[in-house]
Amino acid sequence: MLRLFSIEFQKLKYNRSAKVISIVYFLLITFIALIASIEFDIGNINFRVADQGIFNFPFIWHFNTYMAAILKIFLAIVIVSMMSNEYSYRTLKQNLIDGLSKREFVLSKFVTVLGFALLSTLFVFIVSMILGLSFSDYNEIGIIFSDLDYLLAYFVKLMGFFAFCMFLGILVKRSAFAIGFLVVWWIFESIVYGLLKWQFFKGTDIADTVLQFFPLTAMSNLIKEPFTRLGAVQSAASQLGENLAKNYDVGMIPLLIVLAWTFLFTYWSYALLKRRDL
Amino acid sequence: MQTILTLDNLSKNFGPIQAVKNLSFTIEKGNVYGILGPNGSGKSTTLGIVLNVVNKTSGSYHWFDGSEGTHQALKKVGAIIERPNFYPYMNAVQNLELVCKIKEVTTSKIDEKLELVGLLERKLSKFKTYSLGMKQRLAIASALLNDPEILILDEPTNGLDPQGIHQIREIIKKIAASGTTILLASHLLDEVEKVCTHVVILRKGESLYTGSVEGMNASHGFFVLQSRNTIRLKEELERNAAIGSIKEDGDLITAYLNEPMDASTFNEEMHSKGIVLSHLVKRKESLEELFLEITKNLS
Repeated sequence: MLRLFSIEFQKLKYNRSAKVISIVYFLLITFIALIASIEFDIGNINFRVADQGIFNFPFIWHFNTYMAAILKIFLAIVIVSMMSNEYSYRTLKQNLIDGLSKREFVLSKFVTVLGFALLSTLFVFIVSMILGLSFSDYNEIGIIFSDLDYLLAYFVKLMGFFAFCMFLGILVKRSAFAIGFLVVWWIFESIVYGLLKWQFFKGTDIADTVLQFFPLTAMSNLIKEPFTRLGAVQSAASQLGENLAKNYDVGMIPLLIVLAWTFLFTYWSYALLKRRDL
Repeated sequence: MQTILTLDNLSKNFGPIQAVKNLSFTIEKGNVYGILGPNGSGKSTTLGIVLNVVNKTSGSYHWFDGSEGTHQALKKVGAIIERPNFYPYMNAVQNLELVCKIKEVTTSKIDEKLELVGLLERKLSKFKTYSLGMKQRLAIASALLNDPEILILDEPTNGLDPQGIHQIREIIKKIAASGTTILLASHLLDEVEKVCTHVVILRKGESLYTGSVEGMNASHGFFVLQSRNTIRLKEELERNAAIGSIKEDGDLITAYLNEPMDASTFNEEMHSKGIVLSHLVKRKESLEELFLEITKNLS
C-alpha cells in the first residue's frame, strides 16, 4: 500500500498545476475563518456573522463541513486530471509494461483519493477547532466533541465524490470532458428530480425516495444545509408562522449509499481498465 | 536452456479482424530475436499481449517457468513499445525514480544507465524538452534499470534521424554483447539482420517461420560470377552437379548451389577447365531476399 502511495505521490509532487490547485484548495478552507469578519450595518443595527452562533460548538462542525464541501470541486480537477493524464501521456501503458498490475494501478489512485479526503477532513477539523475555540460560547469538552459525525460524513462525501471523479477520468480519458460529464450528470439528476417531483408523482415523496439512491444526491444528503438551523433564521421563521422542524443529523442511509457508490466507482474503474486494450 | 517466454496458440481479434492467429513460439535465454513482419502483421499486438496491455482472445502465454503472474514477471523485463512514454513535467532522474518504484529496484543504477545511453549531462532537464532521439534513449535507460532478463524493443528506431538510428543501434549492439536476451520487433530487415540470431516472421498475424537465421536459409548459398567467356562459363555450370539453377543478370551470372562448396574449390575447378573468372563472390541470401521469398510463397 505504501509503495502504491509513494508511486502516486511521485507523480503528483512534480506536477505544478496539481500542486497549485491543491494548495489553493487548502488555503480556501482556511478562509472559512474570514466569514467571522463579515460585519455590516443595517440602519442602526450592527450585524456580525461571528455573533450569530455559527462558530458555536457543536454547530460549527455542521457549518464548516458544509461550507468546506463546496470547495471539493477544486480537488476534483486534480483527481480527474491525474487519471486522464495517464491516458494522454500514455504513461498508463508504460506503467503496466514496467510491472504495475491493473489492480495496483486503480488501487494507487484510490489510495490517493483516500489521502486527499483524509487530509481535507483533518484540515477542516483543525480550522474548526481553532475557530470554535476562539468564537464559541460553549467550551466544555463534552460539547466540543459532540456531533463529530459531521466529520465522518464529510470524509465519506469527499471520498465518494473523488471516487466518482476517478471513474469519470478513466471512462472519458480527457480532463475537460470528464468535468463536463460531471456537470451534465448533476443537471441530469436535477432534471430527473424535477420531473418526478412536479410531473409524475406530484405531492408525494417518491421523488426524494428514488433520488436518494443517485450518487450526487446521496452525497448532498449526507450533510444538509445548516442555514435554517441558525437561531436568527429559526426565530424569523416562527414569526412568519413557518415551522422549520427538520432533521439535520447525519443519516445512516445516505452514508451507506455513498459507501456503496464509492465501492462501485472503484470497481468499475478497475473493470473498465481490465477490459480495455491500451 | 532456460526459457524466457512461451506463447501457445495465442490469438487476438479486433472485432472481425484477426490481428494474431494461433501464434506459438518460445524465447530462449541468451539469443537475440527479431520479430519481422510488414506493418500491420501483428507484431505490436503480440508484444502488447505478453506485456499485459492488450487482452488476448484465446490461447495462452507465460513468462519464465510460469510460476508467477504476468505483472510480477514484467518487473524482470525491460520493454519499450512504439514511442517513449514518460511524464513530461518530470526530469529524467525523476522519471527513472518512478520506474524504479514500480519495478521495486533500487535507484542506485540510474546514473549508470543514463551514462550508457549518453544522457547523463541532461539528466536534470524536463522530459518535454528532449528531442525524439533523446526520449528514445531515455526509454532504453529506463528499460535497463532492473538489469532485465530480456529487453523488448518495438520499432526502436522509428521516426529517428540517421544519427539517432545509429546511436540506438550502437546501444543495442552493446547490450547484446553483454549477453542480455533481446527481442526486437521491426520491419527494417537490415536492422534485424545486423543484430539478431533468431527470427520470427509474421504475416497477417500468422507465424511463417520461427528459428535461427541460418536455419531459415536451407540453401547452400550462391556464387555471383563474371567471365569474359560467358557462354563457356554457362556450359560448364550446367554440366557441374554441384550447381542447381543459373540466373543471368547483365554480365553477372548467379549460380545457386545444390551442395556445399567453397569459393576456392570452385575457382580451381573453373581454372582447370580454362575459364578465367573476373568476378567471384560467394554469398548467402540476405534476410530481405529470404523474407520476400517466404512471404511470397504464401501469398
